[in-house]
Amino acid sequence: MGKHYLPNSAHKDEMLKKIGFNSIEDLFSDVPKGMVKEFNLPEGRSEYEVFLELNEVLSKNKTVLEMPSFLGAGTYFHYIPAHVKYLIERSEFLTAYTPYQPEISQGMLQALFEYQSLIAELVGLPIVNSSMYDWGTAMAEAALMSARVTRKNKFVVPEHMSPEKKKVLHTYTAGPGLEIEYVNWNERGQLDLEELKEKVEGAAGVYVEMPNFFGILEEEIRAIGEIAHDAGALFVVGVDPTILGIVEAPGELGADIVVGEAAYFGNPMNFGGPRAGIFAVRDDKKLIRQMPGRIIGMTKDADGKRAFVMTLQTREQHIRRAKATSNICSNEALVAVAAAIHLASLGPRGLRELGEVILKNTAYLKKRLSEVAEIPFEGVNFKDVLVRFEKSYEEIHEVLLERNIHGGFYLKPHFPELGESALFAATETTRKEWVDALIEALREVA
Amino acid sequence: MFRQAKWDEPLIFELSRSGRVGYTLPKPIEDVEIRVPEKLKRKSPLNLPELSEPEVVKHYTRLSGMNYGVDSGIYPLGSCTMKYNPKINEEIAGHPGVAYVHPYQDERTIQGALKIMWELEGWLKEITGMDRFTLQPAAGANGEFTGVMIIRAYHLDRGETQRTEMLVPDSAHGTNPASAAMAGFKVIEIPSNENGTVDLEALENAVSERTAGLMLTNPNTLGIFEDEILEIAKIVHKAGGLLYYDGANLNAVLGKIRPGDMGFDIVHLNLHKTFSTPHGGGGPGSGPVGVKDFLKDYLPVPLVGYDEESGRYYLDYNVPKSIGKVKELYGNFAVMVRALTYLKIMGRDGLKEASEIAVLNANYLTQKLKGTRGYELPHKELRKHEVVFSAEPMKKETGVKALDVAKRLLDFGLHAPTIYFPLIVHEALMIEPTETVSREELDAYVEALKRISEEAYSNPELVKSAPHNTAVKRVDDVLAAKRPIITWRMYRELKEKGEVDI
Repeated sequence: MGKHYLPNSAHKDEMLKKIGFNSIEDLFSDVPKGMVKEFNLPEGRSEYEVFLELNEVLSKNKTVLEMPSFLGAGTYFHYIPAHVKYLIERSEFLTAYTPYQPEISQGMLQALFEYQSLIAELVGLPIVNSSMYDWGTAMAEAALMSARVTRKNKFVVPEHMSPEKKKVLHTYTAGPGLEIEYVNWNERGQLDLEELKEKVEGAAGVYVEMPNFFGILEEEIRAIGEIAHDAGALFVVGVDPTILGIVEAPGELGADIVVGEAAYFGNPMNFGGPRAGIFAVRDDKKLIRQMPGRIIGMTKDADGKRAFVMTLQTREQHIRRAKATSNICSNEALVAVAAAIHLASLGPRGLRELGEVILKNTAYLKKRLSEVAEIPFEGVNFKDVLVRFEKSYEEIHEVLLERNIHGGFYLKPHFPELGESALFAATETTRKEWVDALIEALREVA
Repeated sequence: MFRQAKWDEPLIFELSRSGRVGYTLPKPIEDVEIRVPEKLKRKSPLNLPELSEPEVVKHYTRLSGMNYGVDSGIYPLGSCTMKYNPKINEEIAGHPGVAYVHPYQDERTIQGALKIMWELEGWLKEITGMDRFTLQPAAGANGEFTGVMIIRAYHLDRGETQRTEMLVPDSAHGTNPASAAMAGFKVIEIPSNENGTVDLEALENAVSERTAGLMLTNPNTLGIFEDEILEIAKIVHKAGGLLYYDGANLNAVLGKIRPGDMGFDIVHLNLHKTFSTPHGGGGPGSGPVGVKDFLKDYLPVPLVGYDEESGRYYLDYNVPKSIGKVKELYGNFAVMVRALTYLKIMGRDGLKEASEIAVLNANYLTQKLKGTRGYELPHKELRKHEVVFSAEPMKKETGVKALDVAKRLLDFGLHAPTIYFPLIVHEALMIEPTETVSREELDAYVEALKRISEEAYSNPELVKSAPHNTAVKRVDDVLAAKRPIITWRMYRELKEKGEVDI
């Protein structure tokens, strides 16, 4: 099978003859004897048969459309307007690669320049790259970059960070041997500033999130930045960009580097990927030179007309090889363009409204949850809410699932000190009926 | 003659008109006032564009017209395997069971997703001769990093802390040395011999008790099969190092030869190259990493497991010596779905025929272009999936460089090859047609390259000033680097100061 993708399958012999070969085997005469073998793989099948089979397999997944879900913890169910998907499926975008030939790739280059520009407006920093793999790898690259810029060897992060991001950070920083220092949360579920002050000395960078992993808005972002700067460290802020219509741009709060998840705009959950990491820095040559990733710039063509091109490439692996700022080559361009299309459609008013709806729905969820369980931390929540139960959460989860409700993200395996806690999340997609059904079920079981 | 769409399309910010909206949102469940602490409230302006949905759609549709993809024509970008991206892949990846599934859902509700990953791993194991795979890496370079971190963990685990050197041929992809350096290795470059393959003597001299491994792609970036691969493996293994396979060029041997049988211990693949998933203008890709049995305990978490008794798939975090994670969650799942769709349609025979025709196409092009004035074919003639010509004679004789040839190709509606890579060939033109182009497309490509050769010798200015038929003329990348304008925000500020005239 597969001949329908292979036009020259019909002309093999003629083509071989034309170039003086007798057989396909002759083309592989440089392969050591006995190395070519028959593979133990299934026969190919028709498109229809594969369509039927994979539809059936995928139907075994239960979607959040079939089962109200309160999962968040870094992945959220947002509604993606239909036109976003249509536009990124335009063949000319979808089937192109990295725009190495700018003259014939202006469409993708301009779309990525616009992505960089939209993110710059959100985060309040003027230099943005055209995407990393995801928030976690962007944050880990920010740690490596901080160490290169400051020539120090320690990166300070909150203990209340997603287990995913902690693991990525450890793996990325193991080679160069960065020391990762954790700072605990205080009684309000926010970063403990006193502990930070004790641990900040010698730090290359200090990292904090808006909102934090518990869904709480860290109120002392500016003060944390000042503590970092006083110690000669870079201030790195990780942000859920859907909040930035409401909350001040991290660039305005003192951030030197901003990372985050762009895929919250324009992209479905896709069982966790693909995504796109935001990476932005201050307009400072010392920082720009050490930035990872592809950057699109505006320039002119030979006629003096506006044009776009990949720029500042001397930082990158294809030129600097072992001395590159990162090994990244393929990034998440199409995911970034989808995010840009969604953002451009939202505009300033839509982004603010989106943030407000999420804040209000989260507040509703939190209020209702407080009727049936303990909410250990006050403060303003965005999407995630930390809830503590008296009973085993695993049992509660079972009961919810029986009622076709998916509960939150169980925290005990990662934060045993929090007891039987879970993160329950709301977004603009959350329905009142879902929350009411959840509370009703919890009232009976919790 | 090719004429690309040429819209004078403003930036989306310039299309903004106050008051227009391009969205709808549901109302909040309860309209209560939420007090965001004063010091956190957004006070800086939110300069996003205001457009209606039809305007957004027109803007991006016009931009797409000024872009060239695999569906527009031949795209023989060497080492990138720009093969046709079957549309059924998109259809399956658009299933709600992909889009609307949360990665932290209870295992009982994601059996379909886990089955897809399990099956894909099964195919990749057989295709590569490896024993276990992680599907987590987001792209080839992310996979390379995973691989070298596994090499690092393996040596450290055995107490061999002195193994700090990673060997990389001088023809390697730039990501190889960059990934090794990120993992903390010192990179030792191994020269190629006159055949374009690894110089065995140089390799013998380079290996030592400090050697952690050798990163190799086979066929290499010249499109030449490393015919001494078994000797190479012996030398590296004897020195105590591991052999890493960069799967960027797997399309040459897919379904015929397995890296595992060549002696490789670790493999990364590029689903977006070899397995037909679209490149998306630069990504998303997916870079699974496979290892031989003795390395499986170092793989990232989680792996996908299958319990035969219950018939259940599960996420396995019990990987005792795991290097941790190289990306959040489980990888680019929507890309995996596309790759598995492709594999099931192609099957054993289809994959084999794909690589055979990829190799046939590359050699057909090589033989037809060979001998054309201005282009030289360094190293041996028999190639695999790609070929590297040198435009060095043309440059010497006419001043027309590989860059100019590439730009002139665009005028014919043909995408350029990869240029100036590999670094060991001067004025390199690295051409990888893939198996999904027709004979006529190959002929037309060769004809265009021949015509450009004639132009170079008769009217070099025409070539040097190319392209003429694309959306914009030759782009000034020196200016872009000298005075970076990265965002609308920077542009606006420079414009206000009168420092740009674009």
